[in-house]
Amino acid sequence: MNDFFDAIEFIFHAHESPAGGAQVGGLSNMWELTSEHLELSAVSMAIACALAIPLGLWLGHTGRGGFLAINASNVGRAVPSLALIAFFVAYIGVGFTNLTLALVLLAIPPILTNTYTGVRQVDRDTVDSARGMGMTGAQVVRRVELPLALPLIFGGVRISAVNVVATATIAPLAGVVTLGDPIINVNTYGDEGRLAAAILVALLAVITEVVLGAVQRAVTPRGLKLEGGRRWRRLAFALPNDRREAST
Amino acid sequence: MSPLLAQVQIHERTEDTCVSDNGFCPDWIGDNFDRYVDPFFQHVVLTVVAVAIGFLIAFSLAVVAYRRRWLVNPITQITGVLYTIPSIAAFFLLLPITGRGFVTATVALVAYVLLIIFRNVLTGLDNVPDETKDAGRGMGLTDRQLLWRVEVPLALPEIMAGLRIAVTTTVGLATLAFFAGAGGLGEQIFADINFKSNVVTAGGLAVALAALLDGAILLVQRLITPWTRAAAAR
Amino acid sequence: MNISDSAQPPGPSARPHAATLEFREATKRYPGQTAPAVNELSLTVPAGDICVLVGPSGCGKTTAMRMVNRMIDITAGDILLDGHSVRERRPAELRREIGYAIQQIGLFPHLSVADNIGTVPRLLGWDRERIRARVDELLELVSLDPVETRSRYPAQLSGGQRQRVGVARALAVDPPLMLMDEPFGAIDPINRERLQNEFLRLQREIRKTVVFVTHDIDEAIKMGDRIAVLQQGGKLAQYAPPAELLMYPADPFVEDFVGADRALKRLALQRVRDVDLWKAPLVRAGEPIAEARAKLADSEVPYPLLVDDHGRPQGWLSDRALVGERVAKELRSRATPILELDDVLRDALSDLLADEAQYGPVVDERGAVTGVLSIEILSHALKTDPDEVPSGADAI
Repeated sequence: MNDFFDAIEFIFHAHESPAGGAQVGGLSNMWELTSEHLELSAVSMAIACALAIPLGLWLGHTGRGGFLAINASNVGRAVPSLALIAFFVAYIGVGFTNLTLALVLLAIPPILTNTYTGVRQVDRDTVDSARGMGMTGAQVVRRVELPLALPLIFGGVRISAVNVVATATIAPLAGVVTLGDPIINVNTYGDEGRLAAAILVALLAVITEVVLGAVQRAVTPRGLKLEGGRRWRRLAFALPNDRREAST
Repeated sequence: MSPLLAQVQIHERTEDTCVSDNGFCPDWIGDNFDRYVDPFFQHVVLTVVAVAIGFLIAFSLAVVAYRRRWLVNPITQITGVLYTIPSIAAFFLLLPITGRGFVTATVALVAYVLLIIFRNVLTGLDNVPDETKDAGRGMGLTDRQLLWRVEVPLALPEIMAGLRIAVTTTVGLATLAFFAGAGGLGEQIFADINFKSNVVTAGGLAVALAALLDGAILLVQRLITPWTRAAAAR
Repeated sequence: MNISDSAQPPGPSARPHAATLEFREATKRYPGQTAPAVNELSLTVPAGDICVLVGPSGCGKTTAMRMVNRMIDITAGDILLDGHSVRERRPAELRREIGYAIQQIGLFPHLSVADNIGTVPRLLGWDRERIRARVDELLELVSLDPVETRSRYPAQLSGGQRQRVGVARALAVDPPLMLMDEPFGAIDPINRERLQNEFLRLQREIRKTVVFVTHDIDEAIKMGDRIAVLQQGGKLAQYAPPAELLMYPADPFVEDFVGADRALKRLALQRVRDVDLWKAPLVRAGEPIAEARAKLADSEVPYPLLVDDHGRPQGWLSDRALVGERVAKELRSRATPILELDDVLRDALSDLLADEAQYGPVVDERGAVTGVLSIEILSHALKTDPDEVPSGADAI
């Protein structure tokens, strides 16, 4: 228990580093690390969404590339984040840009799979009547498929976001100093520092999950919420889709 | 630049040109393969133990919550929070309580897996058609008999799917287990993160393990659910 | 290992015991609802009879049926099986003695046909050989090939086949009572007719007490020995054999429910086997013309009917077929509609009219022609006094 109090203390007050020399800890140090952490995560997520969502929408709308879209998640899951980052460090090098690339790759599969699945599970009759009314393909996507797929899309974004925030913890291995620094370089920050960082990372992940969850609920069309029941409960905690569900 | 990059390097870069050029060196891998063997098995043990324990807990919770619906929400919320907390953070949050080592790593990995399995078991059970349950009860099956002879078998495809997801993600997370002092392939990656041959080998073994376990579960699923094949064949 | 070695005595009607069932002011009230779902229902079903519960939706017929095996618990009154109250039995035990067949059938998808049928025997601890023998026996009884069907999964069966397996499963332990809730409801009309006929044939052999729920008054008239018409609010409007129901409906509701075409419905009380059929002039290809002409002269049917070596109808022959020495295979029209001995006259009339035919060949269980039914015969049957007519499964 004492350890936890020490850790909390570390967050608020700077100490001398056990390795000697610099000051570590305290609010400004923590904030610096946190903002780098957030920046890395946000940039990676933005790029991943910009790539995966349009692709997923297109594949879902046309019905092509299902195999790719669904199995992207399965493959992505099998690659450990540490291995991915290490691979990038070894082959491409360190630095913010290179690391972002790795995180984007990490983030794409759940978003892609969920977007694809989200579009596919829109009631075929609904799409049919939209076409029958004279909407072009793009209009069908924009006005029918996208809104109805939003909950699932956001589910995918949630999964990815939490993954990215978690993985950004080992970013220091690639030269980007995030909240993971006290964990990886424990000699510099000390045990309290390490525990403090762990607490903050956990908090960050939970906050991300909760905030995006609220956004997901906000973007769910009211009609879908009323349909409710099982399917809604499923969305309540965004989980990776399994292959069978995605194949309907 | 962080002092990280000046880590102890695990190989000698002096003699072999391939190695000193930091290329992908099959010879080196062949010579040094035994340094990956122990970590590999540690990795296997970590994964299997964590998933097994997680499954036992989550399955039991799901079976209980299936009949007492009011439990579903609280359990989902709690396992959900456990799922969200990044494992690497969890390792250190647990450190003051369970110390360094296998136990800490296992607890964190088990915590992660609970929600996935809980949700899948519950969904599988919920998907059993109402008329099948009605027919079963009407024939004289007690609630317990109905559960074990009808509902659980019919939920198996969904349960196995959850197991597969759980196993592949746990292999991935177990690469970070060395932070908790539990060894595993991640330790090898971390030991020389710049050396391509090392990274590819250790990382590759992890991916291979995930694929292997995934395939094994799929095989078991095919074996124990022969009726799903019949349905597909029709 | 043949059937006679099993602990069960041979034959499907091995246990001739069928139970009597009595509803004694049985009532079901749901909390928060003013009107009861079943309102003091009182009726007795004699052993071996089929009692059909029929009525509009919401009349409580399914509720009443489900009260018998305690899938729904009775609020007031009692239900007695062979004189013993069902309320005193443990539900699971009680249900193992009652056959249960529902509309969506509810076969276990993860079990083979054999395992599905063997579910209750297994619960009762029968040994594997006995179960196996019984499964084969039952599959034959419902006209399915045991060898082919027993290891299939429900997903591999057609709707009609699944329905039969459902019935076989309900009969597995030879229960003294069967509950059937719209068992043929999910089947297409053609197969439904066939399944109804087969079930009646089965019932003639095994004579179980059956409670049969349907919303279709025509099915009720065809299947029931006695019919209980229920109205909204679970009240019994009339409980009577089909003929009585048609001739003397108890009140305007029953009259309305039975339908304005009551007279026509009387045609449902008789089967093709009950009436005198015309002799069929059956000829085979290659027969001497003289013989063929003789048969034709002997029959009231104007055209010869071509049959194959098994006596199965191929088509009605045109005049050109009787030219020359031997009968040639020159058809004027196909042999449709082909009618069965167990068809009710109403369905036979409907089939003839649909095909715009005056006559139709009647075949037995093996498909061989036994006679010809014509519209003339049917109109004569309409004039027959229905009190002379036996009802439901009694018709032999």
